[in-house]
Parts: sequence; C-alpha cells; structure tokens
Amino acid sequence: MEPIKQHEGLIYPLDRSNVDTDQIIPKQFLKRIERQGFGQFLFYNWRFNDDGSLREDFSLNDPMYKEATVLVGGENFGCGSSREHAPWAIQDYGFKVVIATSFADIFYNNCFKNGILPIVLPRHEVNDLLNQAKEEKVMIDIDLVNQLVKSDHGLVSAFDIQPYHKDMLLNGWDEISVTLNYAEAIDQYETEKAK
Amino acid sequence: MGRPKTIVEKIWDQHVIHKEEGKPELIYIDLHLVHEVTSPQAFEGLRMKNRKVRRPDRTYATMDHNVPTRHRHIIKDQISKKQMDTLEQNCDEFGIPLADINHPDQGIVHIIGPQLGLTQPGKTIVCGDSHTSTHGAFGALAFGIGTSEVEHVLATQSLWQATPKTLQVKVDGELGTGVTAKDLILAIIAKFGVRFGTGYVVEYTGEAIRKLSMEERMTICNMSIEAGARAGLISPDDTTVEYLRGKRHAPKGEEFEAAAEEWKALATDPGAEYDAHVEINASKVEPQVTWGTNPSQCVPVGAKTPDPSVLDDVQEQDSIQRALDYMGLEANQEIQSIPIEHVFIGSCTNSRISDLRKAAEIVKGGKVHKDVTAIVVPGSHSVKQQAEAEGLDTIFLTAGFEWRDAGCSMCLAMNDDIVPPGERCASTSNRNFEGRQGNGARTHLVSPEMAAAAAIEGTFVDVRKFGAKVGG
Repeated sequence: MEPIKQHEGLIYPLDRSNVDTDQIIPKQFLKRIERQGFGQFLFYNWRFNDDGSLREDFSLNDPMYKEATVLVGGENFGCGSSREHAPWAIQDYGFKVVIATSFADIFYNNCFKNGILPIVLPRHEVNDLLNQAKEEKVMIDIDLVNQLVKSDHGLVSAFDIQPYHKDMLLNGWDEISVTLNYAEAIDQYETEKAK
Repeated sequence: MGRPKTIVEKIWDQHVIHKEEGKPELIYIDLHLVHEVTSPQAFEGLRMKNRKVRRPDRTYATMDHNVPTRHRHIIKDQISKKQMDTLEQNCDEFGIPLADINHPDQGIVHIIGPQLGLTQPGKTIVCGDSHTSTHGAFGALAFGIGTSEVEHVLATQSLWQATPKTLQVKVDGELGTGVTAKDLILAIIAKFGVRFGTGYVVEYTGEAIRKLSMEERMTICNMSIEAGARAGLISPDDTTVEYLRGKRHAPKGEEFEAAAEEWKALATDPGAEYDAHVEINASKVEPQVTWGTNPSQCVPVGAKTPDPSVLDDVQEQDSIQRALDYMGLEANQEIQSIPIEHVFIGSCTNSRISDLRKAAEIVKGGKVHKDVTAIVVPGSHSVKQQAEAEGLDTIFLTAGFEWRDAGCSMCLAMNDDIVPPGERCASTSNRNFEGRQGNGARTHLVSPEMAAAAAIEGTFVDVRKFGAKVGG
C-alpha cells in the first residue's frame, strides 16, 4: 500500500448527508473479481444518464473539479453496505483524502486498508469548505504527521486519528504481515480456547 | 463476584489474543462466513502472497447475492456466473466448505448460519456483508467487514479491533396486534436516526425484546447497521437455547446442556453499565412505512409524508425535498394514497419461515392487485422446502405471487430481479437507498404482513384492517 504523509490537493464538495456506498458504487459493478478499475463507476447513477452521457446536474462532472483529490462530504459518509468497492472506486478515481463531519464505521475502517485518509472535522468547518469550494477552486494541504489541515482560504484545523491508523497510513503497512508477527499468540489462543 | 459486565464485555474478554496500550486489540474470530461478491479479491490477495487459509474449518461459504431465483440450471449473466465459479474454485483450492447454488443448504448467508446452528451465543462472527449483525440475535458478537479484512481473517483468523463501546436500546411494553419486529426496528431508527449507533455495539433489552421469537430477534439485529451500529445483539435466554436444540452444528446431548448453561451465563449482568442508553415503548409502535431514501425516513402507515418547508435547518430541508423528489411524492401526502407496482417478500431481514407464514395468512383467499407484480423469495432452500411442506407456496401462487428460489434477489437487485426506473416497490428488505432495487427504483420498507396487504390492495394499507388474519 502507498504510504501517505502529506497531501495537497483540490477540493471537490459533495454537499449531501448520508451518502451511502450504494451511491458511491452501485451494485451492478460489484460482480467484478478484480480490485482495480472501479474509478470509472464512481457515483455512477449520479454522474451518468441512462444513455451513458454525463449528467450536467451533478457537480463532479464540472470541469472545475477535474483535478480534485480531496472529497469533502457531509454527515454519515459511506453508510450502508460494507462493500470495499466504495473506497476502491474513490481511490481509483483519484481521491486521496475524504473529509466529512462523520463517517460510517465500516467505510471509515476500509479507507485505511487502501491508503485513503478519512478526516472528521467540525460541521461549521466542513460547511465553510463546502460553501467555498462550490464557488471557486479551493486547495487544501493535509499534514498527517502533525494532524493538521490548512486551506488556501484560511482554514487551519487539527484533526484526530488513532495512532494505529496513522502508523498504518504513514508506513503503508500490509496489515496481514503485521499480524503474522503474532502467529505464536494466535497459536496459543487456539490451543487454550479455540480447538 | 466481580463488577457486573455486559454481554459485549464478556465476549470481548474471551476473545482477546493480544493487547497493548494505545492500540486496537487483536481478537480471535470463531466463525467466518463468505459469499461470492466480497471474497474474490481476498482470495486473490492470499494467492499473490502465497498465504493459506488458517482455519478452513471455521470458514463457511455460500452463494446468495447474485444467484438467479428462477431457471437456475442456466445462468444467463456470464459475469455473475464467473463470480460464482470463482468462489467455487477458491473454496476448492483453500479447502472451505461451500453451499453452492445447487446445494440443499444454499441460501442467504445470514439465514443459513442460524439455520445450520453455526451461529451460536458467545461467538465472534464476521462476514464481508454489513447485515452480519443479524447473528447478534443469538448473543454473538457479529459484524460486517470489508474485503481487506476478509483476507485478514482468512489468513490469520483474527482482526484488530478497538474495544467496543456499548449502547443499550431498552424496549419496554408489548407490541400491539399486527405490529411486528420489523415495525419496531424501523420505529427505533425513525426515532433515533441513521447514525445513533455509529461507534457502538447495540444491545437490545427489555420486556418487548424478551417476548420476541428468535426469528423476530434476527429481524431486529439485522437492521442495527441501518442505525450505524456494526453489531447489535440480544442476551441469550431459553428462547435462544430452544431454537438451537437439535440444529446440525449445535452441540448434542449432555454437551448441549452444558453449552446452554454457558450461553445463558453470557447474558448481561444486572447492574452492568453501558456507554449510552436510549428507550422506546413498544406499545406505542404502529405499522411503519418508509417514504424516503434512508431507513429513518419512516412514518406510521396512518400518517403523511413530511413537509420540509416547516423545518428551520436548510440542510435538513434539502435532504427531505431530495428524497421526496426521488420517490415521486409530495409533501403531506397520505401514505395510504400511494399506489405500488411491485411487492418483494424476501431478504436477510424478512425471508424466514415465520415471515412467510404471516404473509401467507394475509394473502390467503385474496388476489394480487391487477397493477402489482409480487414475488416471494425464501431466504434459503430449506425455508423454501419447509414452506412448501406447509402449503404456503400454494397460497402465494393461487393469489398471483411468484414463488422463487432462495437468494438476496430484489433486496439489492444484483441478479435479474430488478424494479424498473420510476416504479414503486413495497419491500420487506432493509435499505431504501436511491437505486437500491434498480436504477431509479422507489423502495418502501415494510413488514411481511404490510407487504402482503399492499400486494392485494395495490396501495399501502393498515394491515390491522385485515382483522383476524393479523398477528395469530
């Protein structure tokens, strides 16, 4: 997994609450057995008309956000299905960071397995970012080491992250390799409690 | 005797393999359920690193998400077929037991785990599916995981998890006639919202929960994730024990009696403390119908859709208006004035034998409305057989329902059971998200009884009007 220490990028504002993983990646694309290539289907039903043309009423199709790498959403981002295809699609499309006022647990957890940094900020700060980025291009700098975000519109904010998650992203760890260092403890547990 | 503990604390303490300050704890996973959609990339990951499945004997696979529910001998969708074939190859290669599409034990993963007795109190159970919370009905700690974690459990039989916070949902009183477990969980989510459970394991307690059957408890725990909680559970009691007696993978004879005592001892101790607490009175709950695009957008059947213009919060106004627009509804519209075109009785929420019996009771002697297409999809092959032995299939077929084979079907429409754009479905499933049952499809979540009644009337109707047929 690609480590992530610092990232500076353009914000794409998605001002909706309860964005569920069915919207992020609809079910018809879950039949693939590969892990790559999901970006083209991101927000499929919101991005495309039935005939495959781009929907003008969905802001991600606005050329202004073509280079966006930081997705800013509302409350309860990533709720619903556990499908990891959702973070795969977000990452494959080009996003590195997702900022929201809150995340659903499974989605939040899935982000760390894929080198995506999910950041929770207070509602008024997220609303400021959303409102500014709807009007014009807003760049934001994310410093994971110091747990700090700075936008070029004056927002400076610290964010929380569990040390374990932080280490995982900073080092780009393969979690299974980490766990296999505890193989003896698992053996012992099985001998004593789980034959 | 030490400090009183919740069932969550007791299960957790029994499963910690390794802990250190400031880190999640490594916990042991007793049972790993696998299906065709969220596993192929995990098996591929194992192969790339030349890793094995640590405990194939603690792993059990089936096909449910994209299996067709009719004409199963020929699978027309080649991409779905490839995913099913891939699961078969993976199970073969890694030595994992599989109930494939033709197997007598095949069914929705959360239906067959309990039915086979694989699901037991005190176990840690995971699956690459968010409705794994269903198994919590037995007093198991069961939660959904992503595909990376599926791979992790396959390789190590463990997961890194933060110690869970606990939330008590206390349900006093008694459900009224015609009011079901589905109505109760919908009313809970409507009252407290789609994220009140986020970050918690929910324990459902109280008089009303104690009176529920195991199948009703599964309906409750199943929808914990729709309140944001990865896991929801109910302390085991005699109802739990009697359900498991005689199940294929449950202990037998004296071992069963010993296990039953251990299971009941897992129940939350009197005086144990939770991190948070909410309450609801069951006797005030009425049959529910969702009107919007998340499960909290739900009202009693006698009510109207909400009016966003009376709200102060602009974001909340937008969100309600968006949902009404998607659903093709007006503000202040009577729920019972809404005509429907489809009825789906099925899914891991409501496709067990008791669900089908209750729906059949409403349907008996009636006819499906001329403008409605109605299907019944039993949760497993064995539920289907049981229903046929009881003659339920004849009741449904005579009334004009279609009687299908087992699978997830129209709950998420990954197979060809799809609601067309703009059409409206009364569904016993768990999610009314935009496009969930098909692009542009409009989903209203209801109980099996309410779905059956809607099929006959062609609009939503208060099932209590069916009098003696209700709640027998």
